[in-house]
Amino acid sequence: MTKIQNFLKGLIKENPVLVLILGTCPTLATTTQILNALGMGVAATVVLLCSNMAISALRNVIPDKVRIPCYIVLIAGFVTAVELLLHAFVPSLYDSLGIYLALIVVNCIILGRAEMYASKNGVIDSAIDGLGMGCGFILALFAMSFIREVFGAGSFCGVEQEKGLRLRRLSVGCHLRETLLHG
Amino acid sequence: MKFLMIIMTSVLVNNYVLSRFLGICPFLGVSKKLNQATGMGVAVTFVMLLATSVTWPIQKFLLDRFGLGYLQTIVFILVIAALVQFVEIVLKKYIPALHASLGIYLPLITTNCAVLGVTINNIRDETINTFGKAMVNSLGCGIGFLFAMVLFSGVRSRLEDADPPKAFRGLPITLIAAAITSLSLFGFSGVATGLFGG
Repeated sequence: MTKIQNFLKGLIKENPVLVLILGTCPTLATTTQILNALGMGVAATVVLLCSNMAISALRNVIPDKVRIPCYIVLIAGFVTAVELLLHAFVPSLYDSLGIYLALIVVNCIILGRAEMYASKNGVIDSAIDGLGMGCGFILALFAMSFIREVFGAGSFCGVEQEKGLRLRRLSVGCHLRETLLHG
Repeated sequence: MKFLMIIMTSVLVNNYVLSRFLGICPFLGVSKKLNQATGMGVAVTFVMLLATSVTWPIQKFLLDRFGLGYLQTIVFILVIAALVQFVEIVLKKYIPALHASLGIYLPLITTNCAVLGVTINNIRDETINTFGKAMVNSLGCGIGFLFAMVLFSGVRSRLEDADPPKAFRGLPITLIAAAITSLSLFGFSGVATGLFGG
């Protein structure tokens, strides 16, 4: 598989949210507003990229029996770093993401890609895979949040639209949106 | 009385699965058969209780006292991973049937957002300021998770007889069913304050 194909597969064919059904929790929870969703996507992509590269670099060193706790510790380290950086430089995003920022550590996408890809492939390939999966995640989040914010709250990125469809914003409606995106 | 309100709130009003979107993966993955769903719910409740009983004192007496708050994520997830491993060993020895039926979903409790979510919420939520309240909150969340799983497994068993259009078969129709199930709990949003007066 060429490097370009490796990157592109994460976007549509093996989109982590819509095809592999990983990472559904933050998708449903943070997509009420487009800016929150994009922030979550970028944070998760950064963690995914770093953890894929780290785990790939250490793949011959980590013993097989304890690999899951080791991966989790590595991922938790990167998540803590991202949390602290956001808290310092973008506190508004930190406040709006709340607990879901810490929950990136149990995001199935990151652990899933570590287990499926990074533990078996080189550093550059894992980095490209992580980048592709992360961009796919951002795309899916953007699609969901676009529908939810425009049709639910009638605004786009926080700016009220005058002619927006002001449907009653139900948090449960997001399951329906995700269905349409899956089907 | 306050404890009853905390449990009611966690199970009905702020159900972790259906209102707060935590623990969706096992919710969609394990809820096909009733006994699997119940077993998973009970296992998650047990892990939540154990996890809170260990992480809450660690946070209050170790992390806060020495200013190590930034280690919260790493320490909590390590504790949860160790506890899940422990539960797996115990189940394999004493209830091997349940261990066999849960299969791969048992180690996946480690990555269950609901377990990490409830341990972190117990710290961040200012209304939960004693160890007792934290334990009752996790008990409530666990019961809420079990309740959602059992409810949804009932819905899914009905779904098997249904005949949706081809594009909706499999995951899409399951998600729609999950949406309508969430909707049914939406009506509880004012109950806790209404019944118990805040």
